[in-house]
Amino acid sequence: MMAEFKFRTPISEADARKPKIGDSVYVSGLMITARDQAHRRALEYVKTGKPIPVSFDGNVVFHCGPIAAKEGEKWRIVAAGPTTSTRMESYEAEFIERLKPRVIVGKAGMGPKTAEAAKKFGAIYCDFTGGAAVLASQRIKAVKGVEWYDLGMPEALWIMEVEDFGPLAVTIDSQGKNLHDIVQRSALEKRAEILKTLGVSP
Amino acid sequence: MGIEETVERTAVETLKRAVIYLPKDVKRALKNAYDKETSETAKTQLTAILDNINLGETGKTPICQDTGVILFYVTVGKDFGDVSYVPAALDRAVKTATIKVPLRPNAVHPLTRKNSGDNTGANMPYINWNMGEGDYLEVTAMPKGAGSENMSSLAMLTPGEGAQAVKRFVVDQVIKAGAQPCPPTIIGVGIGGSADIALKLAKKALLRPIDKPHPEPEIATLEKELLKGVNMTGIGPMGLGGDATSLGVNIEYAHCHTASLPVGINMQCWAARRATARIHRNGQVEVIT
Repeated sequence: MMAEFKFRTPISEADARKPKIGDSVYVSGLMITARDQAHRRALEYVKTGKPIPVSFDGNVVFHCGPIAAKEGEKWRIVAAGPTTSTRMESYEAEFIERLKPRVIVGKAGMGPKTAEAAKKFGAIYCDFTGGAAVLASQRIKAVKGVEWYDLGMPEALWIMEVEDFGPLAVTIDSQGKNLHDIVQRSALEKRAEILKTLGVSP
Repeated sequence: MGIEETVERTAVETLKRAVIYLPKDVKRALKNAYDKETSETAKTQLTAILDNINLGETGKTPICQDTGVILFYVTVGKDFGDVSYVPAALDRAVKTATIKVPLRPNAVHPLTRKNSGDNTGANMPYINWNMGEGDYLEVTAMPKGAGSENMSSLAMLTPGEGAQAVKRFVVDQVIKAGAQPCPPTIIGVGIGGSADIALKLAKKALLRPIDKPHPEPEIATLEKELLKGVNMTGIGPMGLGGDATSLGVNIEYAHCHTASLPVGINMQCWAARRATARIHRNGQVEVIT
């Protein structure tokens, strides 16, 4: 049966290893947005010894490019749903290994390299409902800062304080199991039957 | 207020309406999908979607942070008069809407990836021009997100295989896309014409409400069959498994060369945003969607 977990950052490796695919997770604490360009720059900085402006260790990475509005000196997140995570697949394994985030949040799932890193280093990948940006923004309590704004609003690192951010569906667990992969494979298995129903030769 | 200013202001309002309020046919289809869904995980996803739509409407907030690249479909009525100022007016409208709504600045140079900051740039916003009747200019705003757009595809199929080839291509692309276009999706299919026309028609098909089948019965049947087929995949809302993979399949077609069968697919996420207004020659504005 589906279990529910509530985590607060910093999340330990032991905690990150508890949920299984299909379980439900809520996170509180520090969540940092990072998309393709931020992943690329972070890894480049790690390799060249340049400092990264925020620690990901034990925190939550959110594949998201928010709409943010500046009110006086303060930023407010207007809408902040997840972006398609597959674009980060080529970076995520190394990102998990070097920067030690414990929870990655996005949508549409990730591939075998990420699943392998989740297993090896103790992390989970979760889906937040794609497009549910207003729902997401309600769980964002404050913007603690924004870094790498030169990458543009969507690609910058938004450092956010969140409370009970979720429900998140665990789709890659620390055993390396991948729910999206299971759904996809099952769809492929149904292909022949679908084509037959539509009167099409395979 | 001059007509030029009316066009600009109406375009800002239309964009705002598009990103905040989903069309009625889409909302109805999502509610139906929730009622019929048998998977618990899928129901959780559809609940989040329906809650999010309500929150967006109540708070007058864009329902999705990806407010897309801005595409316009403009139909010029034969008695409307001069339209030479329209591209500049729509350009200004996009800049204004980016700040006022607000929209996320998404438009970047395709190679340097430098963000223009205001959703405009080379050939953006893009305007699709059509000719029409009457004394009005009809402006449809279609903010198109990248998650679904990235799942577009084109195939030059074997003409002799006809509808069979089309069906196989659509089913395969939906399986391949999986969770990525934010299902439940709407699938736009453009058949015939030429390579570029098939893709244009695929996107244009998304402008038609999903409760309105194609006027020709054969095409309407094909739409229905394809919808049934893609919903047999079990991909479900957000690709977490379930019944509702797609809310609708819309097809548009054009005659094509006897030696070719181009088919374009343009997928649309559940946040199928589109809004339309008419600006009459006398300055009167009519909200259509």
